[in-house]
Amino acid sequence: MIRSMLFLPGNTPNMLINGDVLGADAVILDLEDAVSPDEKDAARILVRNALGRMGFGCQTVVRVNSLDSGLCQKDLEEIVPQKPTALMLPKTATAADIIELDQLVTSLEETHGIPSGTIQIIPLLETAMGVENAFAIASASTRVLGLFLGGEDLSADLRCKRTKEGAEIDYARHRVIVAARAAGVEAFDTPFTDVNDDDGLLADAAYAKGLGFTGKASISPRHVDGINQVFSPSQAEISYAREVMDIIAEAKRLGKGAISLHGKMVDAPIVNRAKQTLEAAAALGLGGIQDGI
Amino acid sequence: MESKLVNNLSDAIRAAGLKDGMTVSFHHHLRNGDFILNLVMDEIANLGIRDLTVNASSLFDIHIPLMDHIRNGVVSKLLTDYVSGGIGRYISNGILSTPVEFRSHGTRATDIACGRTPIDVAFIAAPATDCRGNCTGKLGRAACGSMGYAIPDAMYAKKVIVLTDELMPYPLADWAISENFVDYVVKVDEIGDPKGILSGTTRITRDPVGLVMADMAAKVIQASGLLKDGFSFQTGAGGATLAAAASLKKIMLEKQIAGSFALGGITGYLVEMLRSGCFRQLMDVQCFDLDAVKSIREDPRHREIAAAHYAGPGTRGAVVDSLDVVILGATEVDTEFNVNVHTDSSGCLMGGSGGHTDAAAGAKLTMIIAPLVRARLPIVTDRVGCISTPGSSIDVLVTQRGIAVNPARADLAHALRAAGLPVVDIQELKQKAESITGVPQPVAKGDKVVAHVLGRDSGIQDTVMCLPQE
Amino acid sequence: MPDILQRATAGTMESSDAYVEIEPNENGLEIQLDSVVLQQFGKDIEQSVRAVLLQYDIHNARLNLVDRGALDCVIRARVETAIRRGKGEQS
Repeated sequence: MIRSMLFLPGNTPNMLINGDVLGADAVILDLEDAVSPDEKDAARILVRNALGRMGFGCQTVVRVNSLDSGLCQKDLEEIVPQKPTALMLPKTATAADIIELDQLVTSLEETHGIPSGTIQIIPLLETAMGVENAFAIASASTRVLGLFLGGEDLSADLRCKRTKEGAEIDYARHRVIVAARAAGVEAFDTPFTDVNDDDGLLADAAYAKGLGFTGKASISPRHVDGINQVFSPSQAEISYAREVMDIIAEAKRLGKGAISLHGKMVDAPIVNRAKQTLEAAAALGLGGIQDGI
Repeated sequence: MESKLVNNLSDAIRAAGLKDGMTVSFHHHLRNGDFILNLVMDEIANLGIRDLTVNASSLFDIHIPLMDHIRNGVVSKLLTDYVSGGIGRYISNGILSTPVEFRSHGTRATDIACGRTPIDVAFIAAPATDCRGNCTGKLGRAACGSMGYAIPDAMYAKKVIVLTDELMPYPLADWAISENFVDYVVKVDEIGDPKGILSGTTRITRDPVGLVMADMAAKVIQASGLLKDGFSFQTGAGGATLAAAASLKKIMLEKQIAGSFALGGITGYLVEMLRSGCFRQLMDVQCFDLDAVKSIREDPRHREIAAAHYAGPGTRGAVVDSLDVVILGATEVDTEFNVNVHTDSSGCLMGGSGGHTDAAAGAKLTMIIAPLVRARLPIVTDRVGCISTPGSSIDVLVTQRGIAVNPARADLAHALRAAGLPVVDIQELKQKAESITGVPQPVAKGDKVVAHVLGRDSGIQDTVMCLPQE
Repeated sequence: MPDILQRATAGTMESSDAYVEIEPNENGLEIQLDSVVLQQFGKDIEQSVRAVLLQYDIHNARLNLVDRGALDCVIRARVETAIRRGKGEQS
């Protein structure tokens, strides 16, 4: 389960060494924007070695360079053998991009004796075209772990100003969520970029969670705890989910059809939601494991 | 009223009767901005006096000219509680023929009081004084706040000379040291450089790993059961320890816990905790920044405290003995929980206990926080290069990759585990570190003893050897 | 064809990183190491440098490494980057 993803610049050893103790469920080792053009080779080799030798205690995502950069193939050749959790593809615009990446990864997996399909893909939607094609992109490969919305580049492409309130990316957020859920994959929200505004971060994360996002990325370690907190099920949610599962079990035992809890009908969507909450709580060690699932 | 003002420093030294082989003392409240030690030692050298023992509560790089006086035979022995890296290198290279004696701040005070380390002439830099010697660090252009470390020198030295650049009308009311103890007063141009005395504000670290450790440290305190009304606390001014205070403050305010006091070196951050109600009282032996100086001057809840009252072992009452929690740093910790704050990884002196050993001995919970790996060096070793504070005083080591609890504190380990904190065996922590760094080769040592580190019983706790000569 | 075609550098002088400089050499390997942990890890560092040089079949080069407390995998990465740059590989 990935609530928080923390971007780490790929060519800065000091950041990579402790990247996995900062509380993020996944780190994004960045070969793209955080690395200057003349250091692409150095970052690629460093990230490869770090993945191979450092034993990250969290999930690892590598943001490779885009397909049209002329660097992507080289990135994949070094990174795929190290089996990161996922590759993030910047500027994904069409399903064809994902199909192309899938083929490149498949061939490298085969060369290196890695079971096919091991490495997942996170398309980074940060252009108008990418957002418009969100569902096709999400469905283009079984490797797709989830869609990732990139608000900064998207705003530039939309020719609008990126604001803290985020009205300019609101449509894109809804669109990405719907597409991701329709395709049965996760959805990850864009980072909140004011690293000194803790309240702003919590509000932005809570909004994203409210829309249906699975988790959110961060460019600052300071934001990781807040994001984890927002995207974890609360104790109240866990208790409610337990009550739902208990009453369902009770109804089954008694052979009852329609049941209600606190005066509200318990129907299939409520049961599913309760199951998801308890699964999430169990995955996070929040004590949801003993009941229901 | 008879003034104690003497024409110049030279006259004061002569009047005090300083002779070959005697002991002079200095305090370090002016830290790396102190002009007095150099000024006095130059004058002593001019007077042709030799073979002195210098008892300085700490030495900083600004005091490197003292090394020339050692070479020239003016100074033959050093007693101190802390040396900065520049001074440490000279000592580690064997500049003295007699080993330096290192004590903790508390032990220095006790040894001065009981006559184990008598002082013939104490030179006390005072930011403000009157002509009879009532002096304070709270006023003046070189204000340093508390003068706690100078108090034993003033009380027990045979002769006491106060040096100032700010003479105030008699009587200076809010004195740290009263005229009762002072023999002579000397006016000099400048006692120090305010920029080297205090930092503007002591900042909390922005290092993300430091913040992770700080957060864990606060959780450890919470899980220990000590965080309740009446809670007392000490922490250093280092980035991560200060960040731990910030995390603690958040918890205390949330849970409305009214602590009793914070102790030791005081920063603006602890002042803020006082003002927001986390503590009733600050017991201040040393101010670290401008906010602390302003507070000790203006707020009666913020009190100056003498070194012996702060930490003196064997006294009738030292505040460290009433301390709940202290958070301290380390350059190394070994698998017996011994802590080194004297030498760096190559064995070169670059620090000292200061109040580390005292607070560790007194507090109910002594916590070390340190990153598991520092510049490819594991923080946990089989045996520290120097035992500054014995492992018997250390309860818990917090790193970003796990928390090790002293086996003597099974109760604490149990409480931390119950709170879901990542408690691991210290051996496991060492292995974890070495799996990241590789196993370091032991460093070579020279064959001459350059320092004795004394424990709180004034016995030799450990010995520091010189660096290998190339 | 000489092992190293041109002078090349990799890495930085920042803490936890290493800076590597490599240039063509006529007769054998000349390796110079400077490290903040030379006493503790000097041998390991030299071993890693030689292993990477061997991996790229470099037998003639002058290599200068300034280590600022980098982990082994970082040192190896910086040496490899310098070698590949020295061989004229594009980033």
